[in-house]
This record gives sequence, C-alpha cells and structure tokens, in this order.
Amino acid sequence: MKIHIKNGLVIDPKNKINAKHDVYIAAGKIVGIGNKPADFAANQTIDADGLIVSPGFVDLSARLREPGSEYSATLVSELHAAAAGGVTSLACTPDTQPVLDEPGLVEMLKYRAKQINLAHVYPLGALTRQLNGKLLTEMCKLTEAGCVGFSQADSAITDTQVLWRACEYAATFDYTLFLRAEDEYLAKNGVAHDGEMASRLGLKGIPAAAEGLAIASILRIAQETNTKIHLCRLSTAEGVALVRGAKKQGIQVTADVSAQHLHLTDFDIGYFNTHANLKPPLRSMRDKEALCAGLKDGTIDAVCSDHTPVNDDAKLLPFAEAEAGATGLELLLPLALKWASHHKLSMIDAISKITSQPATILGINGGSLDIGCDADIAIFDPEQVWTVTPSQLLSLGKNTPFLGIEMMGKVQYTLLHGQITYQANH
Amino acid sequence: MYNPQLDADGNLKHLLTIEGLPKRILNQILDTAETFVGVAERDIKKVPLLRGKTVCNIFFENSTRTRTTFEIAAKRLSADVLNLNVGTSSQSKGETILDTVDNLIAMHADMFVVRHAQSGAAHFIAQHVPDNISVINAGDGRHAHPTQGLLDVFTIRRYKPDMHNLRVALVGDVLHSRVARSEIHALTTLGVPEVRVIAPKTLLPTGIEKMGVQVFHDLKAGLKDVDVIMMLRLQNERMSGAMLPSAQEYFKTFGLTQEKLKLAKPDAIVMHPGPMNRGVEIDSSVADGSQSVILPQVTYGIAVRMAVMAILGGGSMPAQGGNA
Repeated sequence: MKIHIKNGLVIDPKNKINAKHDVYIAAGKIVGIGNKPADFAANQTIDADGLIVSPGFVDLSARLREPGSEYSATLVSELHAAAAGGVTSLACTPDTQPVLDEPGLVEMLKYRAKQINLAHVYPLGALTRQLNGKLLTEMCKLTEAGCVGFSQADSAITDTQVLWRACEYAATFDYTLFLRAEDEYLAKNGVAHDGEMASRLGLKGIPAAAEGLAIASILRIAQETNTKIHLCRLSTAEGVALVRGAKKQGIQVTADVSAQHLHLTDFDIGYFNTHANLKPPLRSMRDKEALCAGLKDGTIDAVCSDHTPVNDDAKLLPFAEAEAGATGLELLLPLALKWASHHKLSMIDAISKITSQPATILGINGGSLDIGCDADIAIFDPEQVWTVTPSQLLSLGKNTPFLGIEMMGKVQYTLLHGQITYQANH
Repeated sequence: MYNPQLDADGNLKHLLTIEGLPKRILNQILDTAETFVGVAERDIKKVPLLRGKTVCNIFFENSTRTRTTFEIAAKRLSADVLNLNVGTSSQSKGETILDTVDNLIAMHADMFVVRHAQSGAAHFIAQHVPDNISVINAGDGRHAHPTQGLLDVFTIRRYKPDMHNLRVALVGDVLHSRVARSEIHALTTLGVPEVRVIAPKTLLPTGIEKMGVQVFHDLKAGLKDVDVIMMLRLQNERMSGAMLPSAQEYFKTFGLTQEKLKLAKPDAIVMHPGPMNRGVEIDSSVADGSQSVILPQVTYGIAVRMAVMAILGGGSMPAQGGNA
C-alpha cells in the first residue's frame, strides 16, 4: 500500500520542517518528504490542500478503562476516540481493575491494543503493588512486558522511605517515574481548589500547597537518588515555579499539564457543574496563567489530554460524589491550538507539545516524521470550527466541561503505520 | 447572569441559596412572612393557600427539627405533606438521588424540600425536576441553608428594624456552617454595613473576607459594640481533634458568657440556629437570658417557611418594586 499525501503544510517539530511538501508512504513507513522516491506509484492519494500534515499526536495520560471499568468505556471505543483525535501513541495509567502491577496484565493489554490496531498503547506500570504505596512491583518484568515507565496514578506514596527506595530502584535501571504530586493528607476528601469559590460553594478544598509540598519532596528525593521524574498534570503556580527551579539546578525532571487546566479555573465550577470536577482540581486564574506561561517557556514540556471517560450516571450526582475527570482525546488538538493562539505561539511550537516533546518523555519512537519510521500521521484543518456535543465525540465518555463550546481545529485523517484509521465525514 | 433560582420574569422559582438573590426577593419573603406571624396565634391555624398541593420533605440527612418546622409550615398552608427519610431507606439500598426524585415526581408532588449532606445537592435536584416543581433547599452540606438565613434576618428585622445601621457578629464554626454562609449573604444583601465573623483560624474557610465580612480571632474584640450576636453550632465530632483541642478550651476562648456579652451594645440580641451545646458555644445564662431571641427564632422560622412555600406555590403577593 502506497499513499501520497499532497499539497499539505508539513509541520514536524523534531525535524524542524515547516513547509509545504508532499509526503510519500510505502509499506507503513514514511519514505519521502518533498522528494518523491524513484518508481513511487501511489495506490491512494490524499489531497491535504489547506491542511496541516503533522506527526500523530502523543498523549501522556489516557485512561482506557480496561480492564475493569468497561461500563464507562472500552478499549475499542477509546482507541477509536484516539484515532478521531489524531492521537497515534498514548500512555495509559495503571489504575485499572485489577491494577497494572503484573506482567501478565500488561501483556494482555498490549495484545488487545495491537488487535484493535488504532493507536500504539504504552502502559505505565504500577510503581507499587495495588498502588498501595508500600511494596514495589516487579519493574524489570513489567518493562519486559511493555511498560514504558511507572506511575502511582492518583494515589500518593506517603511514606518517604518507600518513595526514596522506589526512586533508587527505578534509577538502577534508568526507568522514569510518572508521578502526580499531591500531598495525600492536605488533599483528603478535597474536591476543589481551596479558595474563594470552594468556600462559597461549601466544597472541601485542596490547598495549592498540597501540590507544592509533594513536588518539593519528590524533587529532593529525585535529586539525591538521581532518578528521572516526570511530574504529571501540574495545576499550580507554585508547582511551575518549583519545576522551573529544579530544571535550572539540573535535576532530571519533566512535567506536563492537562489541556483542561490551560483554559479553565475553579470559577468554571459555576453552579456545581460536575464536569468541572477534575483531578487535580481546577485552580485559580493566577495558577492557570502560570501554567500557560510555564508551558510557553518550556518549564512544562508537554500537554496531555488526561482523558478520563466517565459514565453519565457517575456524573449525575452532587459535585463531591461525582467521579472526577473529563474525556479529552478528541479535544487535545483544539485545546492545544487554542492555548497557542492565546499566547501567540507558532503552530510548530504548539504541535511540539503534543508530538516530539511527549515522545521524548516516554522514550518512544513516534512524534516525528523521520524518513524510514512508522507513518503515524495526523492531518488536520487548523481552521475548522466545530461545537463539542456528545454525538460529536466517539469516546463513550461524553463528560467534558467544554460541552457546547466552539473549538477550532479538527483532524481530517489519522494514519497508523500507513493505514488510515480515521477519516472525518464530509 | 443566569440564575437557576429565578424564572424568566425574575420571580422565585426555587430557593437554593441566598447568594445571588436580589434584595427585592428577600424583602418579598420577609414581608410575606410578616403576614403569617399572626396565623399561629389564631384558633384555626390554617390558611388555604396551598390547598390541593403536595409538599414532599426529602431528607437524605436526618433532621427532626428542620423537617418538623417545614411540615408545620406546609400544613398551616393547607398542603398535603409527605415525609421521606431517605437516609434510612432507599439510599441505603443503592438507589441514586435521581431515582428517588423521579419516583416522587411520578407521585405528582408539587414542591420538594430537600436536605442532603453534600453541597450542591439541592441545585442538582433543581436541575432535574420538571418545570412545575419547585425545590427548597433545607440544607446542603456546608453550602447553604437559605430558610435559616432568612428566618435569622427576619428575627433581626423584628428587633432591629433599621438594617442599614447594624453591626452583626457571627461566632464559631463558620467553616462547616451552611447557616453562616446563608446568614452572611442575607445580611450583606439587605444592606447591613458591618458583618463580623469571629472564630479560630481552623474554623474559617479560605477567602471568607471576600464574602464581605470582617474577620476576628479574638471574641472580646469582635463583640465590641455589636447589635446582634449570632452563635453557630459546634458539631460534637469537631470539639476535640486537629481543629480544636477541647470543648472546654473552646468555651473559654469562644464561648459566649454574660461577661463577654457585656462588651456588645446593651440592647444587643443573642441568636442561635439550634440545637445548642450549652457550656460549649454558649452559657446557659445567656441562652436563657433576657437578650436571647433563640425561641422567637423558632417561631418565626415557621412564618418564614410558610412565606417561601406560599411564594413558590404562587399563592402570595408579588415582589414590590424593581431590581433593588
């Protein structure tokens, strides 16, 4: 199968390509950009006139709900959503049921994803058994089974001795830990940013310091143990400042922010809108501005969707009882573009935050249009305006605070190793 | 701005919180309540305003006092009353709030009085009922208890009619108190120029000053020259632990005694939403003393709840004036 993508604006941050080129694909690989290989005869031509041809997007955090929560979503449904969002590689969190703490479970997940064949799925293994924060998992075996890093998902390791040992052990094998920093005690039962809004609504708050405290101890331990840390989903100004300082000191740390947190604050909870019940909580305007600025100046390396499909029933509850999270795979691109346009960033810089940067963090091939590599490609219209509605979303989770909001930028084609996995309806 | 409590014409549709309600609506409720104060003193304590209507008390959190006053209020308006203690029935069998509410809608109730342990529960129910049903929040988590806030300002208005010339102090556990939040919004909306909160830092929510109050951590300083003292209830489980060391120390530092009461204006009134912890937040001699209006609060509570139900049921005079 040979595909010729013609007339598109090719943007590949890793290779610093930002020009109109034709792209040539054969046997699942990219065989030419601009230069047509000798005797290339296309079976299929995609006219990308007016569209952007970019590496398929790489998402650092997606919950696919299998195994265990098929009531909310399934691997099939969510990988279709990934394809519709132009996401060709994604890291999934270990907080499934059962928890991804055994090699067999990881192998099963990898196998199932491969059968479905709509995106590369990179599991993050549980750092501790059952995510209990006490006993380490078999990290080497889990890595062999396909894990690209280790995570506690939303559970903290409160025992600093365990965290220290986990870092040392991971550093032995040069594994990366993906940690969401939140002090468990300060966050206990909290459902919103501890500020004026939570006080008015009578919701239990989580102080911004809960993130700062946890980041400070993680970074200090990472520094002592020389461990590679990726901080997941920063939410506060102080978190951004701590990461900025750590990077200056040469600590091996990277960080991401969820697409939701670039645009929303605690005031978006409004009259107890459960779609705005997120983890970490939406924070103040000042925090949001700091996250946007941190992403722009490179303190924050990448944007993730923090995709969390939730069944409608689990959102039809009083705010604090509702399940946290938002569906996000299909909104990653437009939300990243919206951030870039507000902050006057070029398209290539915006794309880097959802392609080359997260691919580097995961240590995977992908997120680029290297010649000879898998043809994982997203072709999108940067100017198409569309409204977020439940029927627009392929994800089984229709839960997003952006319902009814206009987005700009929509994926037209997604290719996974040279096969078209998604094509927009026209 | 969109307000889920008002209909398209700006009339009260649900009573969920005092925050965001215009002054004209608060005055409408208080003025209507005045007309009901006399009803209880008659031989026949009933008016026919809600005859044929069904009021349903749905209490997801147990409460005898509040439920009883709502029940009496509804009955004095001639409504049929249905009491449901969901805390002890369906919910424990795994039924969701919406299932419970849908069942009651199917039974053609006209008005829901709702209490729930979670903040926002009343808003949530109001969003899911059909247009012809009104929801009254009888307390949701820490968020709001609007009829309590209204009956408190009604009581104040009766004793101190000039609201524009008052100094009011709220004392105690503001953090966990839906009553305090509703009182603050009611007082500031009605134009009370100085509202104080007095509490240890552990019992104050973040950013409380943004709700238009002055913060005091010293009871004596906070009570100086106030006209109204509103004591808040301290829950048993919070009397000793990480919030407070002991009930005794709390009484010593923030409990209202005769001696401390003397710092307020000589004609100051003392209020408490009940149930009281004598010897913890308030001394018995103050609770039962000449400046206490705690029992009148209970009496007025029925008139105020009648007023809210009558207005929501469409059986009362319209709000006066424009958007004040």
